[in-house]
Amino acid sequence: MPDLIAKPPLAGRAALTLAGVTLAMADPGQITSVAPLKGQDKALAKALKVLGLSFPAPNQVSSKGDVRLVWTGRDQAFLIGAEPRGLDGLAALADQSDGWAALRLDGPGAGDVLARLYPLDLRAAAFPVGRVARAPFNHMSSILMRPGPDRFEILVFRSMARTAWHEAGAAMRALAARAALG
Amino acid sequence: MRVAGKGLVDRSTTVSFRFDGQSLAGHPGDTLASALLANGVKLVGRSFKYHRPRGILTAGPEEPNALVEIHEGNQQTPNVRATVQEIFEGLTAQSQNRWPSLRHDLLSVNDLAAPFLSAGFYYKTFMWPRAFWEKLYEPAIRRAAGLGRLSGRHDGAVYEKAWAHCDLLVIGSGPTGLMAALTAARAGTDVILADEDARMGGRLLAETGQVGGQSGPDWVAGVLAELAALPNVRLMTRTTVTGAYDDGTFGALERVGLHLAPQADLPRECFWRIVARRTVLAAGALERPIAFRNNDRPGIMLAGAIRSFLNRYGVAAGQRVTLFANSDDARQTARDLHAAGIRIAGVIDPRPDASRSEEFPVYAGAEVIDTAGRLALSQITIRHKGSVTRIETDLLGLSGGWNPTLHLTCHMNGRPIWSPEIAAFVPAPNAVPGLIAAGSAAGMFSTARCLADGAAAARRALAEIGMSAPDMPVPEAEDGTYELQPLWAVPGKGRAWLDFANDVTVKDVRQSAQENFRSVEHMKRYTTQGMAPDQGKNSNVAALAVLADATGRGIPETGTTTFRPPFSPVSIAAMGAGGRAAGFAPQRFLTSDQASRDRGAPMIEAGLWYRPGYFPRPGETTWRESCDREVAMVRSTVGVTDVSTLGKIDIQGADAARFLDLVYTNTFSTLPLGRVRYGLMLREDGMVLDDGTTARLGEHHFLMTTTTAAAGQVMRHLDFVQQAFCAAWDVRTVSVTETWAQFAVAGPLARRLLSGFVETPAGLPFMGCAAVRLGGVAARLFRISFSGEEGYEIAVPARYGESLFRDLLARAETFGGGAYGMEALNVLRIEKGFITHAEIHGRVTAFDIGLDRMVSQGKDCIGKAASRRPGLTGPEREQLVGLRSKSGAAISAGAHLFTPGDTVGRATDQGYVTSVGFSPTLGAWLALGFLKNGRARIGETVRLVDHLRGIDVLCEVADPVFHDREGVKLRA
Repeated sequence: MPDLIAKPPLAGRAALTLAGVTLAMADPGQITSVAPLKGQDKALAKALKVLGLSFPAPNQVSSKGDVRLVWTGRDQAFLIGAEPRGLDGLAALADQSDGWAALRLDGPGAGDVLARLYPLDLRAAAFPVGRVARAPFNHMSSILMRPGPDRFEILVFRSMARTAWHEAGAAMRALAARAALG
Repeated sequence: MRVAGKGLVDRSTTVSFRFDGQSLAGHPGDTLASALLANGVKLVGRSFKYHRPRGILTAGPEEPNALVEIHEGNQQTPNVRATVQEIFEGLTAQSQNRWPSLRHDLLSVNDLAAPFLSAGFYYKTFMWPRAFWEKLYEPAIRRAAGLGRLSGRHDGAVYEKAWAHCDLLVIGSGPTGLMAALTAARAGTDVILADEDARMGGRLLAETGQVGGQSGPDWVAGVLAELAALPNVRLMTRTTVTGAYDDGTFGALERVGLHLAPQADLPRECFWRIVARRTVLAAGALERPIAFRNNDRPGIMLAGAIRSFLNRYGVAAGQRVTLFANSDDARQTARDLHAAGIRIAGVIDPRPDASRSEEFPVYAGAEVIDTAGRLALSQITIRHKGSVTRIETDLLGLSGGWNPTLHLTCHMNGRPIWSPEIAAFVPAPNAVPGLIAAGSAAGMFSTARCLADGAAAARRALAEIGMSAPDMPVPEAEDGTYELQPLWAVPGKGRAWLDFANDVTVKDVRQSAQENFRSVEHMKRYTTQGMAPDQGKNSNVAALAVLADATGRGIPETGTTTFRPPFSPVSIAAMGAGGRAAGFAPQRFLTSDQASRDRGAPMIEAGLWYRPGYFPRPGETTWRESCDREVAMVRSTVGVTDVSTLGKIDIQGADAARFLDLVYTNTFSTLPLGRVRYGLMLREDGMVLDDGTTARLGEHHFLMTTTTAAAGQVMRHLDFVQQAFCAAWDVRTVSVTETWAQFAVAGPLARRLLSGFVETPAGLPFMGCAAVRLGGVAARLFRISFSGEEGYEIAVPARYGESLFRDLLARAETFGGGAYGMEALNVLRIEKGFITHAEIHGRVTAFDIGLDRMVSQGKDCIGKAASRRPGLTGPEREQLVGLRSKSGAAISAGAHLFTPGDTVGRATDQGYVTSVGFSPTLGAWLALGFLKNGRARIGETVRLVDHLRGIDVLCEVADPVFHDREGVKLRA
């Protein structure tokens, strides 16, 4: 009987702290793509209510505790941190857990790091806590979330994790070098 | 020479730097230009065309003459403006465009040949014979011309790019910009204040006038301290806003580390994109010279620049100063110099009624008509009251008035408006939506007016976005007169320079008009006026005034050339920050990446993916040996390869089958559960888009695979079809490419490898699929083959990918098999006649590849109607065939096919080769290609010609399937 060993993306990569920002790999848990099937909107809303969630509007996140339903596109959301219990037949469900690498940026300078990676207005008024965007991380397609005022979470394709880490790290190194000038 | 008690540089500290090998000293706060002048260095460069000795003309970013190379290690940056470059300990600068030295430049013979080198010289001279231009003239001219030189090496330094967003962007931090920023900042809006200078304050740093009862620099310091303390304000020094673009977006270049010795990780420059709801352009104004004979010598400088060097840097650029100016403004230069104890030998004022009540000689109604001094100015000649006089002088200050710095307002095709009052162009209102030009940039030439206009502009901008600014007093300041009387060029013999940077004279512009290049745009191109690194900042208005005079039109009718971004030079390295070498595109790595590298596999880039080319074994010295072995291994035992890069799309919904029938040429609604079918997809124009297999996982659940190359394209296509043609259908698609790691196990021993490892359902048929378990892991097993052998593909969640690959390899090696790479995979599929995007390259139809029968007669599909157009089927089409080298000689992809006996040429072209490989199975070079009426020509001989590689080989035309045509092995 095979006994396969599970390996997260960039396994063993230690967190990087520079210029007051910490970059770390995160484990968001189970991710399921939830796309409502035709005519099931009401039933789906009811089933989601049981989970304490509602289907999110564009760029919004519905959450309860550690469980999040994150808007990811037209008629599509990712259920993160829970099994899609009770949603069978109401929405097209596809496991996405292994398809993404999650990076987390923490610290007061996180916005400055992201200003070097994203063309988005991330000022608190334009991108408040709890917001999500499908946006290019340099040349990579990504999902950007803001769980806290100084905390951002980024999902990129698993295969691109190394590039994402490298590019976020390069932005941090440049910022640290700037900060060292005083 | 430094003047005691003047300037804002820190005299307590000394900084040493080198210019042309000579060690010199300056102070923190100095630019290279101010430090050179302080050391008495006047000659800093040679002009572009005539190699005339040149000095520093300006004190700002518009500098046309003082361009130098900065050397750092083995790198050099050409054409750096000495007036912008700050000095630092160890800075190494070198003059350029001279040989062997700045003082003795051999190419200064060009200056003697000047009568022959006037406008249009190259156009007229180097026309014939025509072929000589590219081979002889152009290279020779390029060697002789062209300013600074690059190192020729990769620039490995760090560059940055970044975005910023704000409510109000203020461009320029002089009196106008500071008042605008302060007004908006106190209102609580997000403000970005950007200035190209290292120190904010604009002209207030260079003037002696008071602002609000304080010195200019003191008032600036107070405002900056308040702004810096506010959380809603971002101050960006050393940042030049270079371009205005759509929707309030501006490009800006920040010099992050150029004022320091290189440091690890510190970017040299950062290219910003700033998005602002509103913008105040407070970029000030640029002083313009006056054209007269020999007005380009070292020691001739703009009057305002002399004032900057004196008041800001504490440098007297000369000891016996003369001024030639046509407005009141330049008098201040004379007064400041006089007050600092520097001798004013005379102010030459062309205005006959100019005031003469000064403490130095003033020649009203006079003009400078010539100058003398080869490497530095020594004397000027003036015409005054009908007589000619010479004055000894080592510094002549020029001022022909000021031009508002309105360039950004023209970046979206706005045209400036002529203001006769100041004899200059001023910005047209709303030329850039959301941008308000204010202060000197709008033609207001007094400090008091600038301060008031800055505050007013901010208030207006805020009102437009529904915010109000608090009332605040405008400090009192100088509100002097300007009283300009236009003077562009002093009439007379000899060469009078307009464009210092490109060596364009008054005569050149007049000649251009004479030769009927009368439009300002034609004049520009004919004379090259305004085409140098300074983009005509010093010369545009004067040149078109001369053109207007020569053509008998007014200046407004003559108009300006178009100002385009960037406002000042931007290094490509900054715009492409992070994009050099591996940074060019994201890299995609397989879960098996490390396992393959551990086995010494060299990686091949396939799109963004890195895939193993082959797996060398000890003793193998070429890739071909490894590839041949791997092919034989798959044909005789078993091979394992990572196929995770293929696109995987999860399709669900009650209309999923119907949707597949629409996007595929063949029918999928009839596909039984647990089975896989090969499918062909067309674009709307009838050409083949992609091929792949789709498995039915459930009644309303399918898994589509695409080629690696077209994964994104197919996903986009499905999204488009769904939204555009069947929005009401119950169908949902999502990419699961990255979720699953998938490995092909192929060869006669494939089943034995898997049995006992995977709980294989008994007798999984060819083109069957099943959910299986690998220990505790849910997996998917497909019996499909891209090699022609009995083949399986096994998919597990990506986290298990590396582990599964290593386990499969261990088992394969036990069976005498192993891993195979892209090279072997390619040979295997060529032997089997399977196509890839080498064949379905976007210009072939289903008919061309012999799959016309797959376009179902019983239903419609995307592209079907278009594929039936005349000319897309029939014997005139180039059709997919196999080719086998007859002599055993190597053949190549990209070669073209000809009928033996025909002349080889475009007209006789019969087709081309798309894929080749040496088949160890058949012991022959095989190819796939497209041949006119190919299917009817099987058995014939064609001539394969590759001009690039010098290959000319006879080939036999064959069926594309060379190996196991009946598919016995697949179905074993």
